[in-house]
Amino acid sequence: MTGLEDLYKEVILDHYRSPRNQGELPTPPAVMEEGFNPLCGDEVKVYVHLENDLIKEIRIGGQGCSISQASASMMTESVIGKSLDEAKELIERFKEMMSIHASSLDSSETDPSKTIPSMGDLEALKGVVKYPVRIKCATLGWNTFDQIIESAKS
Amino acid sequence: MNLSGVTEMSDSNFDPKKVKKDFPLLERKVNGNPIVYLDSAATSQKPIEVIDRMSDYYKEINSNVHRGAYHIAELATAEMEEARHKVHRFINSPSEKEIIFTKNATEAINLVAYTWARSELSTGDVILLSSLEHHSNIVPWQQLASEIGIEIRWIPLTKDGCLNLENLDELLKGVKLLCVTAVSNALGTINPVKELVKAAHSVGAICLVDACQSVPHFDTDVSDLGADFIAFSGHKMCAPTGIGILWGRLELLEKMPPFLGGGEMILNVTTEGFTTNELPWKFEAGTPPIGEIIGLGVAISYLEKFSMKSIREHEQHLTSFALEVLNDRFANDLVIHGPDDPLQRSGVISFSYRDVHPHDLSQVLDQYGVCVRAGHHCCKPLMKLLGLAATTRASLYIYNDESDIEVLADAINEAGKIFN
Repeated sequence: MTGLEDLYKEVILDHYRSPRNQGELPTPPAVMEEGFNPLCGDEVKVYVHLENDLIKEIRIGGQGCSISQASASMMTESVIGKSLDEAKELIERFKEMMSIHASSLDSSETDPSKTIPSMGDLEALKGVVKYPVRIKCATLGWNTFDQIIESAKS
Repeated sequence: MNLSGVTEMSDSNFDPKKVKKDFPLLERKVNGNPIVYLDSAATSQKPIEVIDRMSDYYKEINSNVHRGAYHIAELATAEMEEARHKVHRFINSPSEKEIIFTKNATEAINLVAYTWARSELSTGDVILLSSLEHHSNIVPWQQLASEIGIEIRWIPLTKDGCLNLENLDELLKGVKLLCVTAVSNALGTINPVKELVKAAHSVGAICLVDACQSVPHFDTDVSDLGADFIAFSGHKMCAPTGIGILWGRLELLEKMPPFLGGGEMILNVTTEGFTTNELPWKFEAGTPPIGEIIGLGVAISYLEKFSMKSIREHEQHLTSFALEVLNDRFANDLVIHGPDDPLQRSGVISFSYRDVHPHDLSQVLDQYGVCVRAGHHCCKPLMKLLGLAATTRASLYIYNDESDIEVLADAINEAGKIFN
């Protein structure tokens, strides 16, 4: 297969095949938020158990395509144990990565002003921007998690 | 008149490879591969004569219709009204006045919901819908239900995605309107519409048929069908987007209040009020999509070059071939939804491949130039009944041939290698 390597990177397929932190958490004490992608009918449920300001546990339920599942799975690993503010910052950075224009993907490394700090494994999702229709899949879990953070903060 | 008799080509020499050459888009490549277009249930491709005629319209006779008393306006008006006449012949309607041009089939259904239904239905009335309906034949009725408090009832499904009519008599009790699709856009199921219309009429109900997936593929005869309204769109039958058709029985259309208000739909306007224009213009407020209507007329002439019977035969043959190839190559790894019998289905093939999500599958297929639809096909209530979140749908038309099915199968196989 040629051409899809940017989208279906091995780390993404790994998270898709063995999603981390999958399942549910009892509510309360956890809170749950649902997200929908009207385009493909994907549904995600994000469960978060907060202890004071910290994300003690997070689980992902629902079903979806490899990109939405893998992205949500990777998100859980990167936010667990973090504070709400830290998680919020990561969400913002992730959304920023998803809003990069595909044409600047290759040039961003040569232009230091456009370089964003490394995001570890999450960088694997960068290639999604080449497939605009899939950006919604990649951000579904993140946007849903963002809603939880916003209501927790208010 | 039955248009299946209008043939220039005999059934035996219908050649999809020749037909394909009429469609410029089908010459292009996608991701380096020749395009394999299998999404005609969403929209069909357009033959060169439709594209050329629309372009010529703008180059030669662009003007507003029914107004200007000058040469090009007369030409534009005549060509637009000729298209209406062609639609009238194509579906064998008793009168040309019954052909109402709308923006799309969705608007055609909404027109009935906003005019006929809002003047004829009242609190407590029942609308019967089939479980195979597209959102466009569900939501307008739900809007009405929440507005005036009517009951919506559903015809259930059998296991293989057909309508379960066992308790039809019971379901029809008190029903004032039956809305049913002639062919399911999600599963390809052909519904026994004539039988349903008859049953609806026997309890005094009106019947609206969503004919979007049938008119482009089957011979349509509204006089024989007996329905009260049918809605369909031009863009699924080789015509451009932006043009839909509502056909209704004359006596119903005459009684109905107008839909949108504005120019064209009036006979007279004073400071005190207005009187409505005669049919069909009573329902066509504002400047119509003239170029699109002319394109629709050319598309009908294009389809008439073949007979609808030979188009159906071709699609039926190709559907059987596709079912066979997919079953042979993938056996239990691939589940085809909907009826098993090719005679009971249109050229819509909705399937699930292992646990590969349709979105991922269609993405990989695209890499091989194969265009299919992934998702709920605007039929979420149906998907819920089937216990599915989404399916992958390949849908066939006149320009598809066996090689398209082979490429599809090869590409599915490649997807299987990625998501093993």
